[in-house]
Amino acid sequence: MTTITRRSFLKNAGGAGVALWLGLYVHGEVGKTTSPVTAAHFTPWILIESGGKITIYNTKPEIGQGTFQAIPALIAEELEVSLDQVTILNSNGEKELGTAQRAGGSASVRTSFSDLRKVGASAKEVLIQAAASTWGVDAATCYAENATVYHRASGKSIAYGDLVETAAKIELPKTPVLKDGKDFKIIGKSMRRPDVPLKTNGSAVFGIDVKVDGMRYASVERCPVIGGTLKQFDASAALKIKGVVTVVPVERVYGIHRNTGVAVIADNYWAALQGRKKLRVEWDTKGFEHFQSDEYEAGLRLMVSQEGLTDKNKGDIDALTIAPENLVEAFYETPMVAHHPMEPLNCIAQVKDDQVELWTSTQVPSNVTGSGPNDLHKLIGVAPENIKLHATFVGGGFGRRLYLDFIVEAVNIAKQVNYPVKVIWTREDTTEQGPFRPMTFSQLQGGFSAEGKLVTFRHKVISPSYAESVGRNFDPNKVDGTMVEGIAEQAYEIPNIRTAYVRAGYHVPVAAWRSVTSSTVAFAQECFLDELAWKAGMDPMSFRLSLLSAPSDTKRVLLTLKEVSGWDRPLPKGSGRGVATWEFFAGLCGQTVEVTHLSDGRIRIDKVVAVIDLGEVVNPDNVRNQTEGAIIMALGAAVKPDIRLKHGKVTHHNFYDNLLPRISETPLIDVHILAEGGKVKGVGEPGLPPFAPALANAIFAATGKRNRKMPFDLHV
Amino acid sequence: MIRLTVNQKTHKVDVDPDMPLLWVIRDIIGLTGTKYGCGVAQCGACVVHLNGEAVRSCVTKVSRAANQKIVTIEGLSLHNDHPLQQAWAEIDVPQCGYCQSGQLMSAAVLLKENPQPDDAAIDAAMSGNLCRCGTYPRIRKAIHRAAELQQEAGKKPF
Ligand code: FES
Ligand code: FES
Repeated sequence: MTTITRRSFLKNAGGAGVALWLGLYVHGEVGKTTSPVTAAHFTPWILIESGGKITIYNTKPEIGQGTFQAIPALIAEELEVSLDQVTILNSNGEKELGTAQRAGGSASVRTSFSDLRKVGASAKEVLIQAAASTWGVDAATCYAENATVYHRASGKSIAYGDLVETAAKIELPKTPVLKDGKDFKIIGKSMRRPDVPLKTNGSAVFGIDVKVDGMRYASVERCPVIGGTLKQFDASAALKIKGVVTVVPVERVYGIHRNTGVAVIADNYWAALQGRKKLRVEWDTKGFEHFQSDEYEAGLRLMVSQEGLTDKNKGDIDALTIAPENLVEAFYETPMVAHHPMEPLNCIAQVKDDQVELWTSTQVPSNVTGSGPNDLHKLIGVAPENIKLHATFVGGGFGRRLYLDFIVEAVNIAKQVNYPVKVIWTREDTTEQGPFRPMTFSQLQGGFSAEGKLVTFRHKVISPSYAESVGRNFDPNKVDGTMVEGIAEQAYEIPNIRTAYVRAGYHVPVAAWRSVTSSTVAFAQECFLDELAWKAGMDPMSFRLSLLSAPSDTKRVLLTLKEVSGWDRPLPKGSGRGVATWEFFAGLCGQTVEVTHLSDGRIRIDKVVAVIDLGEVVNPDNVRNQTEGAIIMALGAAVKPDIRLKHGKVTHHNFYDNLLPRISETPLIDVHILAEGGKVKGVGEPGLPPFAPALANAIFAATGKRNRKMPFDLHV
Repeated sequence: MIRLTVNQKTHKVDVDPDMPLLWVIRDIIGLTGTKYGCGVAQCGACVVHLNGEAVRSCVTKVSRAANQKIVTIEGLSLHNDHPLQQAWAEIDVPQCGYCQSGQLMSAAVLLKENPQPDDAAIDAAMSGNLCRCGTYPRIRKAIHRAAELQQEAGKKPF
C-alpha cells in the first residue's frame, strides 16, 4: 500500500480555486473486517472547494442497494453536512480510494460503518481547528454544523469553503472522536435517496447508456453448447448487412473457463444483431453436446453414498446410538438459476497502444483497476496503471457483475480495432451462457434422544465447487467453504453436529448469486428443521426456540418474529404458516409466510413478515425496500423454472421461458428492522435465504405436502 | 429518411425501416432513458408512448412510428414533476432504477385511462413490466399515491 500525504491532494481545482481533499483511509484488505486498523493512509474521500462545494465519493457501486446515499451518509453525518449540501460521485477504482471499491457480500455498510465515519470526523476536526486558529481561540470552544464552524461564545462563524487553505496545512487526526448515536441527524433516518429523481426521468447513466466519440457496437455469438469453443467462421453474409463494419474472434475468460466466440462490430447495435444472425460458425463442442442436466443430477443423487470431506465436527456424533425410530432423514435438491440483472451485461472498451479505457456497470471497480492477482490486468496483459475505468450506475448486479469475463471480452475485441467498442449482451446471451448459481443437493439427518431431545444433526452438501469454477483458492482436498456456507453456524443448540461436502465436477461455469449458497442450503436445512419439529410433535416456532436457550441474535429475531407475525393467532382451515431463519456472513433475517390452499388447488401467499437484524441501520426505508426485493427474488428462485441443459445447451432463452416474478404475484410483505447495537450486519442479501423454506414450511402446514425440491409448484 | 417526433422535437433519421424504435431512440437520437431489457416484448423496460398508447419500442419498427407522436421518459414531464415522478420520489420506489423508465411510462397510461386504479387494475396494467430488484410493492403504493396527487392537482383552481 502506498502512503500518500495529504499535501499531494491540495491542488488547483480549475475555476473552483484551491480544493482540499480530506479523508482518512483505514480499510484493510477487501472482505476483512476493519478493526483493528492495520493500515492507515490519507486519501481523497472528501473534496471541499474554496467556493464551498463539497464532493463526497461513493466507493461502493450503486447497484440498487442504496450505497449512493448510505455511504456518503456515513461521512456526511460526522462531517456535519447534510446530503443536500454535497455532490456525490461514484468512484472509478482510483488507487487512492483503496482496494475495497466493490459491492458484494452485503458488505458496504457493515464493513465501513465506523471507518467512513472516521473519514468524516477527522475532516471535521481539521476544519474546526482551522477556524479556531483563524480566530485565535481554543478549538474546544468551537463546533461544526451545516458545513460551517461556529465559535460558541461569540457566535462567529466561517463556512467550510472559506477554511480550505488553512485546513490544508493541518495534519488529520488519526483517532477522531465519533458522534454519539443519539446525535445522529442522517444515520438511522429514512431519507429520500438522491439517485431516485435521476431514476425517474431517464437521466441516470448506466453503463449501457454511455456514448464515447467514435464508438461502435458489438454483439458476440458464443458457442450455444456450454464449454464449446470456436473452430471457424464465415462472416461474408454478415458483412453484407448495412452498418456491419467487421467481424473478429474473441476470447472470454471466466475462472477456469476459456472460450472463443465471434464478435460482429457495427455502426449501431441493431446492425450488429442482424449481422450476428448471418454468421456461419462451426463450433468445437468437445463432447459437451451430450451433456444432460437430468443425468448429471442423477449422478449427484448417487454421490450421496460418498463420505465426502468433513466440514465441521461438533461433539462426538459417531459415539451416539440413536434408535432407528428416532432418526429422521431427508434429501433436498435445489437448482441452478440465472442472475438476470435488468441491465444486460455491457462494456465499452478502448485500447490505444498500451492504454485501456473502460466504461461499464461493474460491482468491482477495485478489481478492474487493481493490481491484485485476480484483477483485470492479469487477464488482459495490461499494466494496472494503464487501465482507466469510468464506473456508472449499475442496473442490477446480484453477483453477476462481481466477475470480469464480460470486460475481458470487450477488451479483447477492442484490441483488434482502433476505435472504442460497446459490447452489449442480449437477454438470450445472459440466459444461455451463465455463469449460474450452482445447484446444491443436501442429505440431512437428525436424531432424537430417548427423551425426545434433538441430539444429532448431519448435513452433507453435494454440489459443484464455486472455488473450482472461478479458479480461486481451489484445493480438491479441502472443503469449498462457499458450498457449505452457514450450515454449521446456526445458533441452534444441538450437541453433536457433522457437516460434510462432496464435490462434483462440472463444466458449466458457476457464480455467486445474491446470498450465495445460503440461497440454497438454507432451504434444505430450514425445511428439515421443520420436519424435525413435526417429528417432535412441536410447533415449528416453539421447536426452534427450544433449541435456543442461551441469548443469541437468532433467538432475538425469532422472538420478535413470533410477536410481530402474530404467530400464535389461529388461522382458518386451509391456511398455514411457516417460519425460517438464517444467519450467514452477510447477516441475519427471519421470516414467516402465511399461505392459503385454495379450492382449485392453488397456493396463495397471503403475507410475508420479515425481521432483519442489523445492529445499526443507516436508512430504514431503504432496508425495507431491499428486504422486499430480496423476498421477491427468492420467490422467483423458489417457484419459477430453473436453468437446465439438454444436449449441452440451456433450454431457456429469454423472459418468456426463464420466468421472473411479476407484480401480480407479489405478496404482502411486512419488514421489521432490529437495530439494537452490536455487530453491524448486512442488508442486501439476508432477506433472501429464509423465504423459500418459510414458504415450503407454510405449504406443509396448510396441505401436508412437503416440498423437498426447488423449484416447487404453487399448486397442491 | 424517416421523420420522427420525439418529445415534441422532430428528427430525421436515415435507418433501416425495420430497425426497432428502441435502437433508433437510444443509438441514433441519443435518448437513453428508454431501456433495453429483453428485446422480445417481455419486460417493458423499453415502453414509450406512441400517440398516447404504451408500446414496447423493442418490437415496434421505426417505420410504424414515422410521423407519429412519440413520448419517452425524458418527455414525461418538464420538471420531473409528473404525479408519478413525485410519488416515486416520495415512496422511494427505485432500487437499481433500470426498469423504472418503463414502469413509469406504463403507469402513466394506466393513470390517464383509469385515474383511480385499484390493486387489481394496477396488477393488470403493470404485469408487463419486470423489476428484477423487486420494487413491486412500492410501485403499487406509488401509483395509488400518484392517483391522489393527480386528483389534488386537478382540483386546483386555475
Ligand atoms: S426490451 Fe422491450 S419489452 Fe423488454
Ligand atoms: S429497480 Fe432494478 S430492475 Fe427495477
